[in-house]
Amino acid sequence: MQKGETVVREKKKKTVKIIKVDLDKCNGCRACEVACSAFHSSPKYSSNNPARSRIRVIHEPLRDVYVPIRAGDYTPAECTGRHTYTINEKEYDECSFCGVSCPSRDVFKEPDSGLPLKCDMCESDPPLAEPMCVQWCLADALTYEEREEEAEEEEKREEMEIGLESLANKYGLQKLMDTIARMSISKKGLEHKVKEED
Amino acid sequence: MRYAETGFNLEVDLTRGSIERGATDPRETELYLGGLGTNAKILWDRVLPEVEPFSPDNLLIFAAGLLCGTPATGCNRTIVSTISPQTELMAFSMMGGFWAQELKYAGYDKVIIRGKSPNLVYLWINNDKVEIRDASHLQGKGAIETEELIRQELKEPKAQVAAIGLAGENRVYFASIEQGRGSASRGGIGAVMGDKGLKAIAVRGTGDVNIARPDEFLELCNEVLEYIKVREEKPIPGVMPILAGLGSPQEMRIQDEKWHTESFMWGNSRHRRKDFWTEDVEKAWTETMENARTRLISCYNCPMKCAATISMPGVQTYMMKCFSKLTYTMAAMSDLEFGLKIAQRATEYGVDAFSTPQVMAFALELYENNILTENDMRGLPSDNEERFYWLLDRIVRREGIGDVLANGTYWAAKEIGKGAKEYAHNNIKKHEQMPLKLSMLNPIYFLMYSTGEKINITQIEGQFPQMPFPTREEREEFVKDWFQVPDEKFKQYFLDWELRGENSFPYYPTVEMCCDIVDWQERMHYIDDAIGMCSGLSSFPLKPPYHIHNYPKFISSGAGIDMDEAKLTQAAKRYRTLVRAINIRRGMRRKDEKPPENHWKKRFPELEKKLLDEYYKLKGWNNEGIPTKESLHELGLDYVSEDFLQRGILKESEDTPSKEASSETGK
Repeated sequence: MQKGETVVREKKKKTVKIIKVDLDKCNGCRACEVACSAFHSSPKYSSNNPARSRIRVIHEPLRDVYVPIRAGDYTPAECTGRHTYTINEKEYDECSFCGVSCPSRDVFKEPDSGLPLKCDMCESDPPLAEPMCVQWCLADALTYEEREEEAEEEEKREEMEIGLESLANKYGLQKLMDTIARMSISKKGLEHKVKEED
Repeated sequence: MRYAETGFNLEVDLTRGSIERGATDPRETELYLGGLGTNAKILWDRVLPEVEPFSPDNLLIFAAGLLCGTPATGCNRTIVSTISPQTELMAFSMMGGFWAQELKYAGYDKVIIRGKSPNLVYLWINNDKVEIRDASHLQGKGAIETEELIRQELKEPKAQVAAIGLAGENRVYFASIEQGRGSASRGGIGAVMGDKGLKAIAVRGTGDVNIARPDEFLELCNEVLEYIKVREEKPIPGVMPILAGLGSPQEMRIQDEKWHTESFMWGNSRHRRKDFWTEDVEKAWTETMENARTRLISCYNCPMKCAATISMPGVQTYMMKCFSKLTYTMAAMSDLEFGLKIAQRATEYGVDAFSTPQVMAFALELYENNILTENDMRGLPSDNEERFYWLLDRIVRREGIGDVLANGTYWAAKEIGKGAKEYAHNNIKKHEQMPLKLSMLNPIYFLMYSTGEKINITQIEGQFPQMPFPTREEREEFVKDWFQVPDEKFKQYFLDWELRGENSFPYYPTVEMCCDIVDWQERMHYIDDAIGMCSGLSSFPLKPPYHIHNYPKFISSGAGIDMDEAKLTQAAKRYRTLVRAINIRRGMRRKDEKPPENHWKKRFPELEKKLLDEYYKLKGWNNEGIPTKESLHELGLDYVSEDFLQRGILKESEDTPSKEASSETGK
């Protein structure tokens, strides 16, 4: 990338979807887990199983811990040390707030396959007005917000660059370039073939 | 594939230490729905009337209702059925919380316990793996404490545990089964669990519960959620606060206790304190509650906040719900702080919050009247509140006089003699009732009290307003959006019902109307108890989100069983009759069907007789309260009438009662 290129690039708007969590309003009913697992069953709503839910209420009533967390990305590594947080005299361990599917606990994994689960904000066609967990949370512990954010396309590039860099680090730059070249040739070849068939 | 239900029961024999998984017959579900309905069928088939409550042959059945584990809001009840040591009849106490659906996700609809373990054990159901584990280290531990210890021991924080405390272990006749914020309390089912040597059942399940017609079912669920919002925004005017909204009721949330404290009786159901609820009391009690209440909480998949976590200084945090808030306070003539504090110990011991305070107040009344002596009560503290703690400890440990009191007021009075019977004055079918003593006979409640086999008024009443509204305009307003009625005639019954004059108690609603109203009220409770629905969203409150018009749709689209209002009504009638048949076979008759004699000051023996006669007729029972051969046949219960004929309960030619028994009513 050449310096100065970002100046001419237009800023793009994107919609950021947010589920806000108000811990004080959670009454621990786990309707969010019910609704989530029903929505994500196939066909939709044909079964229900909180163990498949992409949102979980970390729930210790006698310690007054009620934390609904959503499933985020998968990580192959466990955390090294785990912090404990004290909020309003209540102690939470770090896992209470963590949405990562990881080897140290069994949340956010498909119970049958062990594959990681991730919240997709109930993306569907036609789209839902709000994700199911929010719709079913009558306590309003979960609320939905959409926010327009300006983002530069450059960011995307950087992300890709980071990705490529890590690949380069792993396999070596040369091998990466060879692979890309091979991919591009085969893709062109494919396009060519398609054209011929037309 | 089976929908809503799993199609499997767990059969556990604690004598032999065996565990089996048995497939169930889908035709039984169609006939008896599930939960209470299929429990009743199992008890009829397998627990003969000769079986004593504490016999190894008595069964203790934990059932998840038919729609538990589906997304149906508020459907989370565990229905526990057995033969009660206190009433010696069928007990079907229930609990909310998180246990029932966990059992479904583990792959079972019921756990059927028989036999007796020689040592204290607990059951661990982890999906397909089920084991009987040693519980000797849990002996004497509190019910809530046990739940936590088991979760830690199993390293399974998500396991749901139902446990008994010391009261259950010691077979106290009003021992409960506790489960966090829920408890199955009435009828002494905890004592049966203790008798079987079963300390707890822990469950963890990660399987699916399937829905027959998903889109339709979800649409119904969404309608219910929407209607809950509507009802929350629009409380019903003119009724006491706890009846204005939905919930079981939401006693932890509502601070205004004028109605309970001034209309219900204090002490051993003796004293009415008509001017109790002063501003000072309201201020003090609100402060107590607000300091104690850490959070309002719910059962599984329900937006109501009927329970709360309670932290009182110096005692463990615990969870409370419903009227246990006031029962200890009122029995001891004390204040809310005392009530919330002693309830913590009572919850750990695992005792029923209706019977226990009454038994203790009864004991103190006997002592004040020299029926129980210094010798009987050796060690009794002089401080009133301390006395209640002392009695609670004695009862639960069955020490000294506690051993007698642990059998409840009916049996204790019998054993104590010396006129103690007069003090056990608030029982129906040997079971302690709500502390209520009123003036004018309420014919609707007369029928519910007399014939209700749940033997607990809050689990029978509902739907129809408890009292008429003062003006016609108010009544017209009320019926406007009252679509829950099974028939338009109920609106008219209510519209014409007045506080005073011709159309008032005791002769209005008329006998026929009373029968209709009670039949409707009871039907809805029985449906809830088979479905697993909390009555707080269904049969108990006015204008609930679940009713006879949407229930058939929930069952059809959820469980895939073709259902309409008539078929559902018939199914409910079928297992309701079966519950009665079990009790009839155990000796229950018309003479047992009466409210406490002093429940109302103004009684009308003629009217009461007529009410019972007509209600029995409507239900298809003969004058003794025994289901007739014809009505049994109509319900497909010929096997019941065959048994009745064999035992001489019914005679081939006559369905009429003996004179002797019917003359005992209406005294």
